Amino acid sequence: MRFRLLAASLTAGWVSLAAPAAEAFCGFYVGKADTSLFNEASQVVLVRDGERTVVTMSNDYKGALTDFALVVPVPVVLKREQLHVGERKYIERLDAYSAPRLVEYFDEDPCAERMVVLQESLPAAVPAGAGMDAVRRKSLGVTVEAQYTVGEYDILILSAKESEGLETWLRESGYKIPPKAAKALAPYIKQDMKFFVAKVNLKVQKATGFNYLRPLQMAYESKKFMLPIRLGMANARGPQDLVIYAMTRQGRVESSNYRTVKVPSDMDIPVFVKDEFKQFYPALFEKAHEREEKRALFTEYVWDMGWCDPCAADPLSPEELRNLGVFWLDEQNPNGMGGGSQVVLTRLHARYDGEHFPEDLVFQVTNDRQNFQARYVLRHAFKGPLECEAGQRYLTELDKRHQREAETLANLTGWELGTITKKMGDDAPGKKTGGSKPQEPWYKRLWK
Amino acid sequence: MPPAAVLPRDPRHLQIAFLASFLAAGVGWLGFDVPVWQPPLILLTACVTQWAMTRLMRAPPVGHLSPLITSLGLSLLLRTDAFWVGPFAAAVAISSKFVLRVRGKHLFNPTNLGLVVAMLLTPHAWCSPSQWGHSGALLGWFAAFGLAVAHRSFRSDVSLAFLGAWVLLKAARIFYLGAPWASLQHQLSAGGLILFTFFMISDPKTTPDHRVGRVLYAVSVAGLAFFLLHGLWWQNALVWALCLVSPLTPLIDRLLPCGRFQWPGGRELERKDACASVSSQPA
Repeated sequence: MRFRLLAASLTAGWVSLAAPAAEAFCGFYVGKADTSLFNEASQVVLVRDGERTVVTMSNDYKGALTDFALVVPVPVVLKREQLHVGERKYIERLDAYSAPRLVEYFDEDPCAERMVVLQESLPAAVPAGAGMDAVRRKSLGVTVEAQYTVGEYDILILSAKESEGLETWLRESGYKIPPKAAKALAPYIKQDMKFFVAKVNLKVQKATGFNYLRPLQMAYESKKFMLPIRLGMANARGPQDLVIYAMTRQGRVESSNYRTVKVPSDMDIPVFVKDEFKQFYPALFEKAHEREEKRALFTEYVWDMGWCDPCAADPLSPEELRNLGVFWLDEQNPNGMGGGSQVVLTRLHARYDGEHFPEDLVFQVTNDRQNFQARYVLRHAFKGPLECEAGQRYLTELDKRHQREAETLANLTGWELGTITKKMGDDAPGKKTGGSKPQEPWYKRLWK
Repeated sequence: MPPAAVLPRDPRHLQIAFLASFLAAGVGWLGFDVPVWQPPLILLTACVTQWAMTRLMRAPPVGHLSPLITSLGLSLLLRTDAFWVGPFAAAVAISSKFVLRVRGKHLFNPTNLGLVVAMLLTPHAWCSPSQWGHSGALLGWFAAFGLAVAHRSFRSDVSLAFLGAWVLLKAARIFYLGAPWASLQHQLSAGGLILFTFFMISDPKTTPDHRVGRVLYAVSVAGLAFFLLHGLWWQNALVWALCLVSPLTPLIDRLLPCGRFQWPGGRELERKDACASVSSQPA
């Protein structure tokens, strides 16, 4: 089988190309200066087994580091040992491994003997403010439960009795709070959730030598398997993109309160898309998002971490997985089986806004272990001389195939069919049949 | 002609039509993760089990409408990545009607028990409660209420009591949290809730005989499910709650005795008094 996988290293970052600049994800940024703060696409790694959860939050924060401050609701008060600063490269690895991919196949010479067999055997689908005095704090009902410096971050864990008090406290402590903050904070306070507030400790940050913020990680036990997205909407200007990498022992992860659908996959598309993949996938995602009335989460990848077929990048090593929070790798495998049946990765992609996502994302781990990948197939035509009868049949079939590919692409992306066929060049339907003769309209042959 | 006059007398025909169109829409348009061969396989197993158990237990034959409803319900709600789990759940569901009986009445709703047993005993079963999408669920509610208005035997006091309690609890929670009201609408647009309300909890063969008992039963299921979902963060709380409350039916029947329900065409006459059967009286 001759195929080549394009190492289409699509990072989640490009997603934002199609989306308006977004400002925050699981919490909101509360910058201390009035600069424009935004992060482009958020990535969250969720590791879940039973009630044990490890969350890694990565953001492409682009503003000045002095302005960075983040508020995230968390289910429990976190101890110092439950917090960690991770490394971005592991999330990038996870992204590369699970990214939507292009696969290339090259047609063989139809005049060679194995032609028909090969055509049939081409796999159509792989199965698929700490500074404030205590009295004031008390009067506002805000308690600083804990205070740590972890890596380049200064972290406060707050609990609050009422949202107005928390909002006032944050404001008086110098945090810039979006206008509707109290309303967004209230449901979390009522559910007895705590607030994780992170700022950058500039001295430590300088010493790390990084010019970006490393991801924050937290490990805790909670019945709640959810992501608080509502808070981030308080200061969002438009829809936000979030890519979630969920890793479990049991199987695929889906949302239990939003429709979770698989992104369209396993389609043959024209080969010119190889050069336009960065336009193609966002267009496809946008179309699918519209089709689902903007209310769904999309599954982009589900695979047992032990292997891949074809691989967009090598599976992550146990060391890399451990860094991302997979804590059970050292435990004895109860099945007594070797290999990589211990981690199932689900990549979910959400584009949310306040109107269509009225509540936080809640997840469930299913027993589903069926593999899935967002995979698009490019089939290159055979370019050599075609002097046999089989060659002519191949050309006729090829022309039909190109027609189908153009239609599929138009349907997936909403691009104009005319533009697509123009871009297909020599592969455009109608150019192959009968040598280079264009096909006559049907009626020309009618009264001959 | 009033709509009820053109509709079949036995509400099970309507239920089958409704469930079948729901399943067709789910598999055809909504992209449910259900292979096309799964519903027929479930149906076949259910019918064979019904036939075999009828012979084995020497029970009078009662037709195949009920196994058909159970099969459609299971096909809609059960998700699995192993081919044998669907038939297994169907066999458990139908057998339970013959085996788990108290005073001549089966204890669990067959679909409900099939789901619960499959999820508890196999590592291959799960439910996907939110796979209907907004429009799908809206159409579902519209159709279910339409049928309930058009056909009096489709109406059920259990359905309405459960739904009333559920919406009230959900609304109270949203009010307490200060969450946006849009989330109430969002929570109600779950297709699983429609199926549960009109096809599972309302099953007249497993609900208490007395109307007061039925309302009590429905409200208990809603209350327990609410606690499991929001207190303990269980998924599929409705399914678990019904299964846990079902064994109380004989107790309720003992405290509030009343005539036993028969599907239209059965030997007993429908009762018209205050403790009339579930679907023979306007709710």
